[in-house]
Amino acid sequence: MAVRWLRSILPWTGGSTPRRKDHTPGQAEEERHVRANDRVYNERFSYADNRIKTSKYNVFTFLPINLFEQFQRVANAYFLVLLILQLIPEISSLSWFTTIVPLVMVLAITAVKDATDDYFRYKSDEQVNTRQSQVLLQGKLQNEKWMNVRVGDVIKLENNQFVAADLLLLSSSEPYGLCYIETAELDGETNLKVRQALTVTSELGADIARLAEFDGEVICEPPNNKLDRFTGTLYWCGNKHPLDNQSMLLRGCVLRNTDWCFGLVVFAGLQTKLMQNCGRSSFKRTSIDKLMNTLVLWIFGFLFCMGIILAIGNGIWEVQVGRSFWASLHWGELLSSAAYSGFLTFWSYVIILNTVVPISLYVSVEVLRLGHSYFINWDRKLYLASRDTPAQARTTTLTEELGQVEFIFSDKTGTLTQNIMLFNKCSINGTIYGEVYDDFGHKVDITERTPCVDFSFNPLSDPKFRFHDEGLLKAIEAGESCVHEFFRLLALCHTVMSDERNEEEELLYQAQSPDEGALVTAARNFGFVFRSRTPETITLCELGRPVTYQLLAFLDFNNVRKRMSVIVRNPEGVIKLYSKGADTIVFERLHPSNEELMSTTSEHLDEFAGEGLRTLALAYKVLDEDAFGEWMKRLLYASTELDNRDELLNELYEEMETDLMLLGATAVEDKLQQGVPETIACLSLANIKIWVLTGDKLETAMNIGYSCNMLRDDMNEVFIISGLTSQQVAHELRGARERILGPSSAKLSTAGKSTSSGSDSVFEETIIAEYALVINGHSLAQALDVDLEMVLLEVACLCKTVICCRVTPLQKAQVVELVKRHKGAVTLAIGDGANDVSMIKTAHIGVGISGQEGMQAVLASDYSFAQFRYLQRLLLVHGRWSYLRMCKFLCYFFYKNFAFTLVHFWFGFLCGFSAQTVYDQWFITLFNIVYTSLPVLAMGLFDQDVNDQFSLRYPSLYRPGQLNLLFNKRKFFTCTLHGVFTSFVLFFVPYGLNLSAVRDDGAHISDQQAFAVTTATSLVIVVSVQISLDTNYWTAVNHFFVWGSLLMYFAILFAMHSDGLFDLFPNQFPYVGTARNALAQRSVWLVILLTTVVCIVPMLAIRLLKKDLDPSLSYKVRVLQRASRKQRPQEQSLKRVRRTSSRRSAYAFAHQQGYGELITSGRNMKLRGSGHSADVSRAGSHTYWVDPVLKGSSDVSLQAELGAKDCSYTHSSTELELPPKEISSSGWITSLFASIGWAFGSGAASEGSHAGPSDNTELPGERTGGSSDSSEVPGDMNVGSSDSGEVPGVVNVSSSDISEVPGVVNVIYSDSSEVPGGLNDGSLDSCDVLGGTTEVPAGHTDTGMESGEEQSSVSEIA
Amino acid sequence: MMASTYNAKEEDGHHSGAVGPGGPGTIKTKKPDNTAFKQQRLPAWQPILTAGTVLPAFFVIGLIFIPIGIGLFVTSNNIKEFEIDYTGVDENSPCHVCSNNYAWNNTVPCQCFIPFTLSQPFENNVFMYYGLSNFYQNHRRYVKSRDDSQLNGDKNSLVNPSKECEPYRKNGGLPIAPCGAIANSLFNDTLELLYNFPNSTTIEIPLTKTGIAWWTDKHVKFRNPGGNNNNLTAAFAGTTKPVNWRKPVFELDPRDPNNNGFVNEDFIVWMRTAALPTFRKLYRIIHKNKDMPTLPAGNYTLAVTYNYPVLSFDGRKRMILSTISWMGGKNPFLGIAYMTVGSVCFFLGVVLLIIHHNYGSRSNNADIPN
Repeated sequence: MAVRWLRSILPWTGGSTPRRKDHTPGQAEEERHVRANDRVYNERFSYADNRIKTSKYNVFTFLPINLFEQFQRVANAYFLVLLILQLIPEISSLSWFTTIVPLVMVLAITAVKDATDDYFRYKSDEQVNTRQSQVLLQGKLQNEKWMNVRVGDVIKLENNQFVAADLLLLSSSEPYGLCYIETAELDGETNLKVRQALTVTSELGADIARLAEFDGEVICEPPNNKLDRFTGTLYWCGNKHPLDNQSMLLRGCVLRNTDWCFGLVVFAGLQTKLMQNCGRSSFKRTSIDKLMNTLVLWIFGFLFCMGIILAIGNGIWEVQVGRSFWASLHWGELLSSAAYSGFLTFWSYVIILNTVVPISLYVSVEVLRLGHSYFINWDRKLYLASRDTPAQARTTTLTEELGQVEFIFSDKTGTLTQNIMLFNKCSINGTIYGEVYDDFGHKVDITERTPCVDFSFNPLSDPKFRFHDEGLLKAIEAGESCVHEFFRLLALCHTVMSDERNEEEELLYQAQSPDEGALVTAARNFGFVFRSRTPETITLCELGRPVTYQLLAFLDFNNVRKRMSVIVRNPEGVIKLYSKGADTIVFERLHPSNEELMSTTSEHLDEFAGEGLRTLALAYKVLDEDAFGEWMKRLLYASTELDNRDELLNELYEEMETDLMLLGATAVEDKLQQGVPETIACLSLANIKIWVLTGDKLETAMNIGYSCNMLRDDMNEVFIISGLTSQQVAHELRGARERILGPSSAKLSTAGKSTSSGSDSVFEETIIAEYALVINGHSLAQALDVDLEMVLLEVACLCKTVICCRVTPLQKAQVVELVKRHKGAVTLAIGDGANDVSMIKTAHIGVGISGQEGMQAVLASDYSFAQFRYLQRLLLVHGRWSYLRMCKFLCYFFYKNFAFTLVHFWFGFLCGFSAQTVYDQWFITLFNIVYTSLPVLAMGLFDQDVNDQFSLRYPSLYRPGQLNLLFNKRKFFTCTLHGVFTSFVLFFVPYGLNLSAVRDDGAHISDQQAFAVTTATSLVIVVSVQISLDTNYWTAVNHFFVWGSLLMYFAILFAMHSDGLFDLFPNQFPYVGTARNALAQRSVWLVILLTTVVCIVPMLAIRLLKKDLDPSLSYKVRVLQRASRKQRPQEQSLKRVRRTSSRRSAYAFAHQQGYGELITSGRNMKLRGSGHSADVSRAGSHTYWVDPVLKGSSDVSLQAELGAKDCSYTHSSTELELPPKEISSSGWITSLFASIGWAFGSGAASEGSHAGPSDNTELPGERTGGSSDSSEVPGDMNVGSSDSGEVPGVVNVSSSDISEVPGVVNVIYSDSSEVPGGLNDGSLDSCDVLGGTTEVPAGHTDTGMESGEEQSSVSEIA
Repeated sequence: MMASTYNAKEEDGHHSGAVGPGGPGTIKTKKPDNTAFKQQRLPAWQPILTAGTVLPAFFVIGLIFIPIGIGLFVTSNNIKEFEIDYTGVDENSPCHVCSNNYAWNNTVPCQCFIPFTLSQPFENNVFMYYGLSNFYQNHRRYVKSRDDSQLNGDKNSLVNPSKECEPYRKNGGLPIAPCGAIANSLFNDTLELLYNFPNSTTIEIPLTKTGIAWWTDKHVKFRNPGGNNNNLTAAFAGTTKPVNWRKPVFELDPRDPNNNGFVNEDFIVWMRTAALPTFRKLYRIIHKNKDMPTLPAGNYTLAVTYNYPVLSFDGRKRMILSTISWMGGKNPFLGIAYMTVGSVCFFLGVVLLIIHHNYGSRSNNADIPN
């Protein structure tokens, strides 16, 4: 506690320290005045410059500052005090070197570590400080280092550059002074945000001369750490312009999709919001650490108690014996009051008993953790060959906590799943395709080696697409109309964009939903290639023949409808409606004639669902021209409606989507990472609760829950909490609790909860039935309220599986925090994306999956590796070992020091409480650091009770760590008691001899020095035997250290007692000859033997008794392990988990609302090539794409020609390289989403992206509300005001007579995991996995993990 | 005593075929090295504490310790030891008078004679000890009050003793040699042994006063300043005697220059401070005679020149006569302790065996939950 208190006074985590001194001393900055291009004016205020410094030391200050910091640790300060005490002759019971030698060693090791850390910080500071930026100086753009940028400078940023300081955006390359930034480093959100310059300043453009003359003055708030707020005013040309966050570019952001922009530096360096936010990353400490600090404090208390007892003893002794004794020696001068003598004695005993607080404890623990971390780094079984990524322990202070994890919070996308969708199976007209049968008609598991369908006939096919059933291709070749229609539907009914830009290259699709990407790609490979689209047309290449369909209507997807449809007119003039959606929804709308097909398809869907596939049902309908025309009119009318437009549209859609003809169903596999179900099964056997926190939708999350085996059909109940209001959520949660506990016990538990929290866990244990909880993001927001969070926690802990979907990064952290706070359990968060950063930082242990969505998660994490399945090994093997080792180490360490030190206590009673030491001072100096440190370190580094395979095979071995059984206060008492007992034996057995000890030549050996040697030798031997008994795993190193330490002891003993050293320093080595004389005696050895046996035998007996009466699991497994090693270990694999399924809908669709309108409006079809041109041409291109919507289909034929040309182009079949990553292309879609969001209103878009449940797709009611939100900040933006000419985001929907209606545009809540960029990159990166199988071939390996590695290495070779 | 199994190179799951890019000449990967150390697969001995190994150990310890204990006990009992307290607390005691009118520097020595009888003859060399009780030679302030450098003959320390010696560092401006409280309180009783023949003649038994200190102390730790052959009086010139001493250090044994000054063995023995407040120190050796017992049974008189005051702090002085054996002096503790520990081990072994027989099968059951 005291340590924490000291830390809080002087935090030395990077970056936070210098914060305070930036304020001008004496007066806090209340208002900031910044005048552009006027350094002289701005220097008056002495604002911080742009240099950052997170390093703490320089060459000269290192020693004093570091020492100062180190002595702030209680332990070090304590030893410093001891050192000072030892210099007082009246008190000094030990020579100064007994303390200073260990202290200097400890300080030196820590200092070296600190120096290295700081050096790396310095290097990274330097790297940032010397980044180049373009500053407008003396009317010219000049390159300057970042650190030379001053407040008030105007700087120019280019695309993809980091923002150098907090800037006021003046102008940019984009129209209306817009610019896009990525704020991932600031808030972890990967989606792009829009900033806009003031209209007045955006006119400055790139005109250097005008910018140089710009002399506006900004008056704004002082530096603070609020990332989403800024208030200020720009005074320019006599006008006032209000400023807000919408025109600020913060340091740490990256400029995206904007060629250049100019900004005025408002905050620089340490005063930027980024830096003001630093230092928040709290210093993580393990529970053992905290326990250790408590124990050290207890030991202090114990030490003082002993000191007081002995001091009182001394007082009494002085009165009764000492006084006359000294008098008889004529030692009158030193005689003083007994109380004073007692007081001095107290301090003397504090000095000699100081070794109960082990000075080397902290350093040894750090060394062990470092070692354990290296073992994690070195583990080949945590290494993924295909990405060349080894595991990495980024924090070296948490290893033993890995052995105590009780809760795992996992992200879904990229962590559990690869975010790759594979078109796996389909059912067309009652036939299943996609399964492979062998010659005898048995179903064959699809593996890497299963032959693929050859698509080489199709020049436009995607080489990465794999399908294993030849039958489907044959069906297409046979011209089965159903099959054709099936794929035509897939090629037409979607929101995918084809990439137009690189016509020479392969065709690229950009899908906002990876499911759709998979479906359209499947259609493409089977000969129905989606080629291009305009707002009005869709061009396919059907079996080599270009066909252009006219897109008549787009019945968009939303979460209520759970389906989408398109109405197209084919070249023959037939109008058809193609629809795809959730099976339950589609089946309701089928024509009665489909009854039979529906039941067959239904069976197939069950089968697909059982395999964890995501299914969609497909249907179509031929429309009557007149009826459609009628309907279309009503549709157009409805879309002009202002009030209840959505309902009207939905009704119309509903009307149209009836009497459908079923085509079949698709099954898409959301490919799990390798070994995920196995890992989850294994971890839950280890009693680790896994909660999935995902930004994904409910259906998707549940689907993954099923395919990971976290949700099962045989579960008693799956509670789905999706209430909107607090009352609903409370009702649902309480209902769930009652269902689980029964109404009576539910009351009981609430009553019991108030008295003791222990009753909760009792209930948890008694629940045999399995429940699952699925909770939606907006419900979660309600449930996390103070009054509901305990109910939530209770219900969640009663359930076997918890899935939270639609959660924001902040909510993820809140959930983790909730469990952390109330359950007192160790939590681990694992994720791969920036949206997981908050929970990774919040949890006790944060794990980052490296190499999927960028590095933010990894950088914030404590451990990182390439795949989720490695978690199993990290926890069950490394964590368990580390915990075990640490606990054994601590037990032994405390035992050893008590045994060593308390001998002095006993001796106190026989030496007049004079603080005379039993041992030689050199022995005291060296005991901890030389004689006994290495064997225990070796044990702490290498010990394993059972090997890694058995650790994985018996996950329940992990249980003791969670229950904290191996080192707790009780254990500590046992250890100290053991130590006390040993010290007692160590003192009184030699004492018995000493009463009348005589050498075999008659000379007395009952002297103090011989006694010291006898006791010390016994001590060293006893603790060595004890460590030998504690060591389970005797490597050569252990042997070397144990025997070496003993040898070392005797060597040093004889050296210290040798003539030579005495001749050199007679006063320092007064023990000359003692070792020789004492250890030559048989009786001395007899005493040593006796002491050893008396110390060890009781321990042996107790251990044996424990093993007989209550053997630990670890012991049983050890016995088993030994037995199995004699016979060849039988290869036992974890039972592979497969589910059996009953009827349920596996509909899942990573789809978002709003894309239909994007497509029909053509807004996402701007021509990229003209992006660099000036505003005018941009505006032109803009209108160009809107116009055709209004004009009709005049240029369809042109498009068709274009498509035909592309279609006939044959692609070189030898060209198999992967296409280049298309970061920018995915980027611009993102930027568009963002810009639409912006256009909708800053209130909804920019805030919506971080505000929790701005989940507009699911809250239809809020959509219109969102538009009025924008009026919240009326002055700052022109959104929503009438001058819509300036607002590019407002979209005209397919009819000219609709005036600008802000509400028309849908805000897209863009979870970063669903940003198409993620998919795009992902699918390109991991193409080698595409054809791979998730299932581990059973039989030839014993753990899923190993097989995974083998498999990947096989594919590597291939 | 441990069950042992060697865990040599366990199957490692990394077959050479899977190494792939790790071969020579290929690009460097970050793949960790496949060494037993880094993969934590070091060959190791993994002993398991089982009844099969521990129980025999208990019996073996029992079976070894009990005979040793008996041997020690018998040996110790065979040692003849005679102890006499001559402090003179009792009014009837011959030394009562001396004990009362004591002073450190009485010029007239007080003598007293204590008769005693040995019922059995003492064979071989007999060792004569003086024992002090309640004398805190192990008190910290007492223990450190010495200057080993001075005692080792260092000239500098001789004239400028260590501060540790305070308040026995200087006397009247002159440095004290030897300085410090230990030296100052040197035991200065003289004990003589007289044998009273039955015919009431009395002879003095010859007592050897050399060979009583450790060789290392005599030859390494303690040295006279300026070597041994020089004139000690000159060597100690400029120093003064400790306050309580009657004569200076170079007159401790004027007849034997090898036993004089700092290397006087009585002095050396005293300077080797005892560990406990009750202790004995070797005083004289009575070497054995050729034909007759060293000390035949009979009547003796202990002649004490009573100088050393202990009564004021309730101390006791003893004279001990003892023979020795292969394991040193009389010490019943070790024998008894060995016998006790041996029996306890044996008994524990039996108890544990019974328990193991009844309950021990639990640990062998393979009822290991997954």
